[in-house]
Amino acid sequence: MRFFEFESRRILAREGIPLSEHGFATTPEEARRIAGEIAGPVVIKSQVLTGGRMKAGGVRFADTPQEAGAHARDILALEINGHMPRGVLVDARAAIKQEYYAGVIYDGVRKLPTFVFSDMGGIDIEEVAAAHPDHIGRGHFSTILPHMDFRAKDVVAAVGVTGSELNRLTPILARLGQLFVKYDMTLAEINPLAQLEDGTFVAVDAHMDMENEGRPRQHELLAELGVGGEETREAREPTEFEIKGEEIDAADHRGVAGNVTEFEGNLGLVIGAGGGSLTLFDAVQALGGKPANYCEIGGNPSVSKACNLTKLVLSKPGVDKIAVMMSIVSNTRVDIVARGVIKACVELGHDPAEKIAIFRIPGAWEDEGFKLLERYGVEYCDRSVSMHEAARRAVEKVASADGRSAADEPRLEGRTSGEVEEV
Amino acid sequence: MSILIDQNTTFIVQGITGREAVNLTRECLDYGSRIIGGVTPGRKGREVHGVPVYDSVAQLVESVGMVPDGSVVTVPPTFTRDAVFEAIEAGVKLVVIVTERIPRYDVAQMVELASLRGARIIGPNCLGVIRPGVAKMGGIGGPAKDAAKAYQPGPVGVMSRSGGMTTEISSTLTAAGLGVSTAISIGGDAIIGSTYAELMPLFEADDQTEAIVIYSEPGGRMEAELARWVRENKSRLPVVAFMAGRFMDEMPGMSFGHAGTIVEGKADTAAEKIARLHEAGIAVAEEIAEIPGLVAERIGKVMA
Repeated sequence: MRFFEFESRRILAREGIPLSEHGFATTPEEARRIAGEIAGPVVIKSQVLTGGRMKAGGVRFADTPQEAGAHARDILALEINGHMPRGVLVDARAAIKQEYYAGVIYDGVRKLPTFVFSDMGGIDIEEVAAAHPDHIGRGHFSTILPHMDFRAKDVVAAVGVTGSELNRLTPILARLGQLFVKYDMTLAEINPLAQLEDGTFVAVDAHMDMENEGRPRQHELLAELGVGGEETREAREPTEFEIKGEEIDAADHRGVAGNVTEFEGNLGLVIGAGGGSLTLFDAVQALGGKPANYCEIGGNPSVSKACNLTKLVLSKPGVDKIAVMMSIVSNTRVDIVARGVIKACVELGHDPAEKIAIFRIPGAWEDEGFKLLERYGVEYCDRSVSMHEAARRAVEKVASADGRSAADEPRLEGRTSGEVEEV
Repeated sequence: MSILIDQNTTFIVQGITGREAVNLTRECLDYGSRIIGGVTPGRKGREVHGVPVYDSVAQLVESVGMVPDGSVVTVPPTFTRDAVFEAIEAGVKLVVIVTERIPRYDVAQMVELASLRGARIIGPNCLGVIRPGVAKMGGIGGPAKDAAKAYQPGPVGVMSRSGGMTTEISSTLTAAGLGVSTAISIGGDAIIGSTYAELMPLFEADDQTEAIVIYSEPGGRMEAELARWVRENKSRLPVVAFMAGRFMDEMPGMSFGHAGTIVEGKADTAAEKIARLHEAGIAVAEEIAEIPGLVAERIGKVMA
């Protein structure tokens, strides 16, 4: 979950990291008032959760409060990469001696948080890393041993910083590391971290990402910042379809039938589990199919949950058929999913045999599930038919839905519809 | 030789009275695993499928008179760190963490303590480890009869970031007459206790294993780490990989399937990972069904 710059600054202030004088405004009048209080040149910055705001005209300079108000009016109305700003930041434009970079991320290979520091701030750190690797310091720090500020010092000193700069920068980087773990961040960066003419340091821009898994225990901070539970802050805002998917998943604690993501195709997908969904979505696309959605079923959801998810997918405009497919299940029950998807078709007035292009979920309780599918004439297959073969079958059926009858096509090999043994 | 577990491995289940843990305990016992106790605070004196329940790991060790080799941890995310610390401090050397949605900070802490104490963590967000026909530790493969259907002994080591796909791939290898030496569901999170590269030396030292199959996804750098390991150590084991989630390359910042799939930089994408794997001579299958053929070709076996 990404934070706006003004929120990231509040987090820095909370942890004692010095900031340039600034204020957050949602109207031109407020921006003018803040600029008046700063009483000097200011920069007005659009508060959007996307990059490239400088290029888009979302960052402008002003010498007077009147000018600040006028810029704020323009920026507040400016859409950047499809995002309208939450407000503007009015920031004092002090004379800067030098710009630094301070950041903290996780290193998934070493499995520890890592300080990243550079004396070339103000530009993208990846560019610095590529062009000037000798200007980047990196170092891991412990997550269980306290009193490790010297790690931050080592990283700052690694790029050649010494003297009073070293002693002023070390606590800033160390505090950034502490807040990074304390608030479940996956990224915390100050860029630029500016040294002013008087020798002091201030954060001039900041970017932070909190891990979704950490949100439940970060209520206090999120409440203070006014971030509501409904704000997902994903890379793209959820659609109405996706919000409905979340509601279906949240309505019943048994299993998962959610993580719904909307796409523009005509083949509805009722797929699972985590890795199975990724594999099947890729397979449908690789075979020329157009998925209408992504989703994940797993952890043995109830019949009603599987049914409601299926109804959601079937109700999406443009969806001709659905493919019900998973990798081999050992916890989720095949018969329960089968019952859920058939129920959804019937309750919406569809013939399951016509709407369900293919059912490929092998594993726990498959005999019971296959019997049920047999009764409704739904084409199904067991594990001897690969995930890609099942996806191919679904894609072919959708492609031929208008033309020749799918029933004329060769059936899949393996144990499929029509061969289920009686128990 | 064996990898991680064998017929003598003893383990406990922390959070044993939870719904999933009760199933997992039944499945492991049926498969022949040795579960010597379980822990749920406040439930001392109960039994789960004949396995005695204790309030703490220390109490269990005291009562049973031995430190178990391993622990399967299935407690809710808020309590996982404490449970894992408890097991490691009691001397447990192999901890399988099933729980998902654990914050990364907690995972880093558990992994750091494990490395200080010489313990190994598998997971989090995993289904555990299975040695076909010998023992399983965790819900991997499901009930014993289902596990037997998907997992037959053979020469192929399997490591997968997806629990379900561990079984799908193993079942495909079994159906092709190749079979599996040990399959490890390594977990779907951004930080996990044991990566492919960290488990490779165990397979390398295992006489039964002749080839490796990995299932991977976008997010993180552990495929590049494996590619480097294979090159630098001149591994005797041919590796075949399958990369899911290629569609995510067009959607940076989004996470699908598992928490660990979030792409945080160009090196995390499926396309970049495939390039790194190819450079190390690792074959990348386009479909699961191609895997047995690619493996057989590399170990000189004729497919069934």
